[in-house]
Amino acid sequence: MNRRFALKAVSAAVALTGAVSLPAWAQSTIKVGVLHSLSGTMAISETVLKDTVLMAIDEINASGGVLGKKLEPVVVDPASNWPLFAEKARQLIGQDKVVVTFGCWTSVSRKSVLPVYEELNSLLFYPVQYEGEELSKNVFYTGAAPNQQAIPAVEYLMSKDGGNAKRWVLLGTDYVYPRTTNKILRAFLKSKGVAEVDIMEEYTPFGHADYQSIIAKIKKFASEGKKTAVVSTINGDSNVPFYKELGNQGLKATDVPVVAFSVGEEELRGVDTKPLVGHLAAWNYFQSIKNPTNDAFIKKWSDYAKAKGIAGHKDKPLTNDPMEATYIGIMMWKQAVEKAKSTDTDKVIAAMAGQTFTAPSGITSKMDEKNHHLHKSVFIGEIKADGQFNVVWKTPGPVRAQPWSPFIPENKGKKDEPVITVAKK
Amino acid sequence: MRGFFRRLLASALLCLLVASRALALTPDEALRIASGDNDARIAALAERLAAADAALLPYLRALLADEVKLAGGKAYIVRDGKAVEAGSGAAATLPDGAEDVLNNNRMRRELESAVAALALFSPERDRRADALRQLRDQVDEGKLGLLEKAEAQETDATLKAQIGMLKSAVLISSADKDKRLFAARALADSHEPATRSLLLERLGVEGDVQVKQTIQTSLNAVESRLAWGERFGLLFTGASLGSILLLVALGLAITYGLMGVINMAHGELMMIGAYATYVVQNLFRSFMPGAFDAYIVAAIPVAFVASALIGVLLERTVIRWLYGRPLETLLATWGISLILMQTVRSTFGAQNVGVENPSWLSGGVQVLPNLTLPYNRIAILVFAALVLAAMAWLIARTRLGLFVRGVTQNRRMAACVGVNTARVDMAAFALGAGIAGLAGCALSQIGNVGPDLGQSYIVDAFMVVVLGGVGQLIGTVVAALGLGVINKFLEGLAGAVLAKIMVLVFIVVFIQKRPQGLFALKGRSAES
Repeated sequence: MNRRFALKAVSAAVALTGAVSLPAWAQSTIKVGVLHSLSGTMAISETVLKDTVLMAIDEINASGGVLGKKLEPVVVDPASNWPLFAEKARQLIGQDKVVVTFGCWTSVSRKSVLPVYEELNSLLFYPVQYEGEELSKNVFYTGAAPNQQAIPAVEYLMSKDGGNAKRWVLLGTDYVYPRTTNKILRAFLKSKGVAEVDIMEEYTPFGHADYQSIIAKIKKFASEGKKTAVVSTINGDSNVPFYKELGNQGLKATDVPVVAFSVGEEELRGVDTKPLVGHLAAWNYFQSIKNPTNDAFIKKWSDYAKAKGIAGHKDKPLTNDPMEATYIGIMMWKQAVEKAKSTDTDKVIAAMAGQTFTAPSGITSKMDEKNHHLHKSVFIGEIKADGQFNVVWKTPGPVRAQPWSPFIPENKGKKDEPVITVAKK
Repeated sequence: MRGFFRRLLASALLCLLVASRALALTPDEALRIASGDNDARIAALAERLAAADAALLPYLRALLADEVKLAGGKAYIVRDGKAVEAGSGAAATLPDGAEDVLNNNRMRRELESAVAALALFSPERDRRADALRQLRDQVDEGKLGLLEKAEAQETDATLKAQIGMLKSAVLISSADKDKRLFAARALADSHEPATRSLLLERLGVEGDVQVKQTIQTSLNAVESRLAWGERFGLLFTGASLGSILLLVALGLAITYGLMGVINMAHGELMMIGAYATYVVQNLFRSFMPGAFDAYIVAAIPVAFVASALIGVLLERTVIRWLYGRPLETLLATWGISLILMQTVRSTFGAQNVGVENPSWLSGGVQVLPNLTLPYNRIAILVFAALVLAAMAWLIARTRLGLFVRGVTQNRRMAACVGVNTARVDMAAFALGAGIAGLAGCALSQIGNVGPDLGQSYIVDAFMVVVLGGVGQLIGTVVAALGLGVINKFLEGLAGAVLAKIMVLVFIVVFIQKRPQGLFALKGRSAES
């Protein structure tokens, strides 16, 4: 063997291994961003969604990943700090090169990151019910729009079985979601003939902890004639003092029912629910729904929580609606990527349209062909003594989302699909 | 004679037997109350209720306790793992796939008021009084017969009057004008918020002028009575917020007010107290579950000591080098607060931890029909008063208090006469920190316990101390209670968000006008 041949052989080998292994090393994983508050006032609700994404990623990786590659989660903590959400989003897309992000709970955080996703043309899956009035090409909304949660809940309370409510307290945390939802509800109530004097609107700051005077006010309002119901859009850890005070002051659901849109099984953990029996929540999923898909989902979560030692859930595993929506979102994204054979944003967006998935809520959930929202069944549940919900009402089948509420006059003529502006490059 | 008596007894017994058989709940009726759509269930319930059937009572209680199950067209009562057929009471085995009876709010309300209506015939007075309280806004035409029967049987004058009031609440919608008039007049004596609701509603639909006027007069009477409940309520919520502000600010009144240390870590010392409570709670839960309700008593000293120890550590390592340099203490303590928060976050996690109220602090006492005072708020009011009294005694009456006052007024002179100023500083700082710990322990009972707990109270604490006048305990007390009541008053007018802004503006303006606060130190020490 002469020297020249040896040199050639070595260089060829190097080139060969380089050619084969380098791209493989660079792209052996697909990075997925997780953008949920793990501290601050929203941590009570959002932490568990981070764990749900991680569980789904584990599940996908265990079954061979996506396009033959493993998913690699990149978890950041925007700390319930709205501007920080935008910063972290930019970091996820620009620096960590994630192809998709699962994140946000409050609408103010979504509004904060929205320009980032549109500018950098990346994908966000938003798993929480919200106020609508938004439709971005870069976002898939796997939570409910107002007509999939708020409106049916109010209709139920107006019905005979819901208690024939005639007076309404709209109570919320002071930011865009409650304000907009209440604007829609006010218009809706007026269309049903409810007078201005029979509606009371109240807001509290984020993290508010003293609900004494609010409850007293509700009591007074409720004693001024006609059956009263409360619609609560309180978000985050304020719910704990709110429900504690509600129970302590003896405001019973049979007298003044409170229906909440951001309170599920997880938020009620650690609250004594015995005095709260009968208060309501409207969601598109409850843990107590009985069907094989849900049983499997709950089991998957319990096993995962136990294996990972997730605080609270390892002893008492709870699932809730935004967890379900998160799970559906990531599974649909996987299906769309496989259909598109690429993680490219525009190709995935195109492939997302019409995706279906058997949801734990017992329906085949479909991503609308046009409006980036899921078709969802609506459930109304009453709190039981053990902190779970009794489903007392549901829609016969999935409901299509109306992101632009027909009850807001300015929405007339708005298109039910994202308007694509000229892409910035 | 004897024979006749025996025959009489026998016939009476027979009568009773026949009567009870006629009254008893049949399995079919039990099923109709438990299944089907709510309208039909309520109709079936009303039918049985009109018969004042005492056998209904245990069954309704079982329904309310979620003990009734349905299977194969039969209703079963399942208690402690044993099933009996509803109605007949015969022992049975529960078939597989039995379903729970679902009672929504409307159904539960009907069941509850049915139970209450039946309880009107209870031999115990307390039971009957409870039942009347329950029924006060749940009467309808269907219960009129029952009410009349109960009124005829009732021996207690107060309760009889209450039943009369309930009857009026039904009769006010009667078709007979005289009955309406009578009812409207009778309702003027009511104390119930439900009556206001009812009268307002009737006022809208009443056609007769005379009745309408009577309703209006009664309504005014009821409203003026209810207004007192609302006023007391406002005062109580204000005092409750004030007591929390006081607890939060008392520790700071020592460290900032007396010692002049701008302690930005004060909030974090409270947080440590709250976490100490959480730890004690968990220890009780794992080692003494039987005595769980007493954990809070043990948590109070633990919270005090934990925060006081951290306070001593801070004072010895950092703050003692910075006395008399307020800007540096501000920055240093702010840094410390960040370190403490991060330490807690790393140890306990970033999420809030759950601190449960002991059962004796849950619920509330109903003082007036429209005023319920929650036990946890009452407890905090009392606790704040006790802490205040203890601190006032400590400062005014003890040797340590004397030294603290001496050192704060004139450090050099105190040192000259032999006071160990360093030790006094340390003790005073530990005391302030310990009281912050107590505040944290109290806060854990009403709010969330998380690493950021202190952040939401630190501004309030400084507000109270500055407003009250630096260096004056009495100022802190007046400022805390005053701010509490003003805040709650404004919240009633303008909502929570605006109220907070208005209070801040008020304080800024006030401090502009009177920089020394409500109560100013007088004398030679005042200039320092």
